[in-house]
Amino acid sequence: MREFDYRRAPDVAGAVALLAADPDARFLGGGTNLVDLMKTGVERPALLVDVRELPLDRIESTDDGGLRIGATVTNSDLAAHPEVRRRYPALTQAVLAGASGQLRNMATVGGNLLQRTRCGYFTDVAGPCNKRVPGSGCPAVEGEHHNHAVLGASDHCVAVHPSDMGVALTAFDAVVSYETADGPGALPLADLYLPVGDTPHRETALPSGALITGVTLPPAPVAARSRYRKVRERASYAFAIGSVAAALDVRDGVVRDARLALGAVASRPWRARAAEAVLSGAPAVGDTFAAAADAELAAARPLPDNGYKVTLMRNLVVAVLTELAEEAAR
Amino acid sequence: MTTATTGRTTVRGAVGTAHTRIEGRDKVTGAARYAGEVPFADLAHGWLVLSTVTRGRVRSVETGPVLDMPGVLTVLHHGNAPRLTTDYVGMLGLPDPTAAVFQHDRVPHSGWPVALVVAETPEQAREAAEALVVIYEREPHDTAFVATHPDAYAADGFMPAVTEKGDLEAELAASAHVVDAEYTTPEEHHAMMEPHAATARWDGGRLEVIDSNQGATWVRGELAKLFSLDESAVRVRSEHVGGGFGSKGVRAHQVSAVMAATTLQRPVRVVLTRRQMFSLTGYRSPTSQRVRLGADADGRLRALEHRSLNQTSTVYEFVEPSAGVARVMYDADAHRTANHVVRLDVPSPTWMRAPGEAPGSFALEAALDELAERCGVDPIELRLRNEPEAGPVSGLPFGSRNLAACFREGARRFGWADRDPRPGLRRDGRWLLGTGTAAASFGAGAGPSTALVTAEADGGFTVRIAAADIGTGARTALTLVAADALEVTPERVRVRIGDSDFGPAMIAGGSMGTRSWAWAVTAAARELRERLALGTSIPPEGITVRSDTTEALGALTQKERHAYGAQFAEVAVDTATGEVRVRRMLGIFAAGKIVNPLTARSQLVGGMTWGISMALHEEAVRDRNTGGHYGPDLAGYHVATHADVPRVEADWVDDPDPDDPVGIKGVGEIGIVGAAAAIANAVWHATGARHRSLPIRPDRVLAAATGAPDA
Amino acid sequence: MAPASSSTHSAVTLNINGEKYPLSVDHRTTLLDALRERLDLTGTKKGCDQGQCGACTVLIDGRRAVSCLHLAVAAEGREITTIEGMAEGDRLHPVQQAFLDLDGYQCGYCTPGQICSAVAVIEEHAAGWPSAVTDDVRPEAGPPPLTADEIRERMSGNLCRCGAYVSIVQAVARAAEAHEETAKEASA
Repeated sequence: MREFDYRRAPDVAGAVALLAADPDARFLGGGTNLVDLMKTGVERPALLVDVRELPLDRIESTDDGGLRIGATVTNSDLAAHPEVRRRYPALTQAVLAGASGQLRNMATVGGNLLQRTRCGYFTDVAGPCNKRVPGSGCPAVEGEHHNHAVLGASDHCVAVHPSDMGVALTAFDAVVSYETADGPGALPLADLYLPVGDTPHRETALPSGALITGVTLPPAPVAARSRYRKVRERASYAFAIGSVAAALDVRDGVVRDARLALGAVASRPWRARAAEAVLSGAPAVGDTFAAAADAELAAARPLPDNGYKVTLMRNLVVAVLTELAEEAAR
Repeated sequence: MTTATTGRTTVRGAVGTAHTRIEGRDKVTGAARYAGEVPFADLAHGWLVLSTVTRGRVRSVETGPVLDMPGVLTVLHHGNAPRLTTDYVGMLGLPDPTAAVFQHDRVPHSGWPVALVVAETPEQAREAAEALVVIYEREPHDTAFVATHPDAYAADGFMPAVTEKGDLEAELAASAHVVDAEYTTPEEHHAMMEPHAATARWDGGRLEVIDSNQGATWVRGELAKLFSLDESAVRVRSEHVGGGFGSKGVRAHQVSAVMAATTLQRPVRVVLTRRQMFSLTGYRSPTSQRVRLGADADGRLRALEHRSLNQTSTVYEFVEPSAGVARVMYDADAHRTANHVVRLDVPSPTWMRAPGEAPGSFALEAALDELAERCGVDPIELRLRNEPEAGPVSGLPFGSRNLAACFREGARRFGWADRDPRPGLRRDGRWLLGTGTAAASFGAGAGPSTALVTAEADGGFTVRIAAADIGTGARTALTLVAADALEVTPERVRVRIGDSDFGPAMIAGGSMGTRSWAWAVTAAARELRERLALGTSIPPEGITVRSDTTEALGALTQKERHAYGAQFAEVAVDTATGEVRVRRMLGIFAAGKIVNPLTARSQLVGGMTWGISMALHEEAVRDRNTGGHYGPDLAGYHVATHADVPRVEADWVDDPDPDDPVGIKGVGEIGIVGAAAAIANAVWHATGARHRSLPIRPDRVLAAATGAPDA
Repeated sequence: MAPASSSTHSAVTLNINGEKYPLSVDHRTTLLDALRERLDLTGTKKGCDQGQCGACTVLIDGRRAVSCLHLAVAAEGREITTIEGMAEGDRLHPVQQAFLDLDGYQCGYCTPGQICSAVAVIEEHAAGWPSAVTDDVRPEAGPPPLTADEIRERMSGNLCRCGAYVSIVQAVARAAEAHEETAKEASA
């Protein structure tokens, strides 16, 4: 780890100004990913701008019935918040399914969305990785990839986004707010992450030096009946090999509204719009759910050792939607 | 039991009564200091640099720029490091050259130590180590472990490579039922919580090393030989050890710390990072095993063959003797076992909790479950029908073999009698449920040890022995053993361990530590008690008796001496997602006299917990092109978490070893033996799919559920 | 020694177990290394240095955190509680006592982290926080009972390689019961 300067940001404008002044500067939130990446040598910042104490730590209801979540709200506080649990239970479940109690106390919402992939080639600085060193190659395609992407990947990178929180936020149409030296801006979370293509090192559409200030969840009555299920290779404290955030509004046996997002299958939390289109207006039965899963997974391009993920995701989507439909019928 | 002797009220019965850990208060308050935590003035910090190529030579180490970095004191490498002696036979055989750092320019595997950077602070050392440029000459490598590797050869290790009797093919042909199956287990790592750490310094012409190891005199002996020093000129201390499991012997950290302390003439500490541990501290080799069983219609074995292959490095031959289990467990008219190794460009494997037995019992006990299914015989009954009268290979009598008692007691407590043997029938919501069982055995041995027991002038007793408490509860167990031998209460006994100055002693390994040390402590304590009974007055320096068990152990008659156990598991499997959860486990063991039920239960349950971890989670993955370890950290290498470990119970049947002064056999390893097989057998019972490759990952369960091959 | 404050070092005062520790830290120094290497508070353990084992768990402003991923310079102004601050004089914290009595450890290296984590788990549960195994996370459902499964999930950020989980869960349950009774008595 190289030596670096450290500043506590006085306010949002000051934070953005500090970062703009130094191309090798990084924002420090909870540090749970950045400090680790600094230890492995993936990140070598010259300046850390600590934004943890900025007054962005509140969760407020919006006038239209949504929620505005500050960027420095910790994962723990987000998960425990009564309005999150009441209106978006899948978001609480997703956050609680991630990492550990200790890490959730440290990690922040803004940092969670910008965390880097846990691909083992990305974190091994001795070897190639297109995301870390553009043009150096992707060893995962012919190497170890049993937990890599089956959707939206390219020959240049098959890494997956590790966030659980982001999957639920994506399902609920979250909008990311940010601040730059030129003023504020906003992006739907679905548009935050860039397609992989041949530029896997370019991960987000945020302007250079932007500080995420918060996430807004629009009102979504369907989200009150939502669920997050995560499958991993041990029962806790592990990244997903596949996850689903789903919400279902069923009336008279017909799907009125559905939200579906998939985790650990792509370089971003994957909004399953093709599946949602199949679900909408269809009978809330197993065949519909299977057809919806198949519609989304038709685009899957598995590698030799991760084809199981297609089966897993199909089964998981059907299982979660079935559970939600059964709940609605009760 | 209380007996009165020579006018003093004396107490016995400490052995067998639960006692909390002597050092427990220190451990729960953070006061217990481990190897990297003993303060030294003027301490410098060393950071190892490991090779980034898989095979080749170090062409140059560009020390210049790094030596100019802040705080950097020196860079040791093959061009300037002190020379070591490596052609010796140590207490446990030839040394693994991985520990003899910086002696040549060859790189035999990725993660080979090529330099040590020493600086004033750990931060400076780390940055300089990361900045150090090493130029390599790459050579082609072979890191692919495959069952059919042409370079595999039969190898002895700690037991003969091959045993055979009878006509295997003829007996298989004559059998009513045959099982012929291949099993694999992956590369597994010890992953003890405390990383290897050592601080070395020269003090008045004597080398002192504060270290984390499984045997202070063992490490002292190795360091003395490596550095051509007299053993009396080296002192190794390791008061508290944060887990070992076979990995904590002489390794690169102590050796490089001693080199740096010698070069700089100041104390130097070297602590391995978690990532470095994965290539420098040994591991359990992957195994590829084939088991062939042939039985009569009633399940009596006519033929048994168990072959195993493991990998080792090009610099050190380590045999994971998985085929050795059958030499103890089951007889057959034709019986053949063979251990093979293949040398690859990979790090050296080593002992890891139940070496041989852990992977071997998975294959053998899973194969027996398959045989039970074929024969239509209950798996427990099948094992009871095949209980041998004498050692299947040795022909020697068994010391005590209470496997049947373990199965009877375990079956009763687990509720085995109600079990429907048919697979795939029980469901709880999305989970299919099943139960499985397996047998366990582990050798009961002892190694020569010395102990010093002192009657202090204040009425207390001090025991000094170079034992290691790596979490076993040895300090507490030896207190109880000494108390009984002295016929006093444990409160009057103070046990000091982990110091090579206390004299030669067995290591904490092979489930032999407590038995070996207890023997020595008992011998010295009994002799001391006899002397005190004569009414001797105690001088200010106390009266000390020293024991040495070398002769007594040499006089033991040859027998098959083992501990046994019966493992039971209930699992839940979601075949839609591939998730497997263990719901409960029970292990009943016949493992000799239990010295301290509280800590012995912890060890047995700990072993069973390893079994869960081995069955479902643990697997080190190597990149198929570079051979480098993919994700060498605790997020990439999964060990079981709290959430993976349900109600796990361990208990025992009465089984004192008649030839041991205390009746001990050892409980450190048997808990893992058979545990993974019991779980795999339960997964079959739940789903109808046999899993012959560990770990039983979600993708494998999904493949089995969809009928794909290679489940 | 480096100057008290520079572009790479800062003079900070750390508040640990109620005591103030002024020191100059290299910005690279984690809270864990400051405790262990600078302040001789070695009860907090380094198991992985990557947030993957929980051995370095401490309480920061009353909440559990891994000190290996927390920079020391960023810890200024926060109240840090380590294992050394858990007991009241000679009287062990009920969680410490339960670990000792029920053998909730073996080698002891993960123990300080497990204990700090357990103290926080009991508080988090008392505050009504749900967990990943809580069946119904909606606030209307009320706080979940602290079953063995709830304890296991909440403690899963603390690895124990000796495999002492079964006893640790028993110890946490015992301490949680005592905590609940004390709370009841206090409110009665």
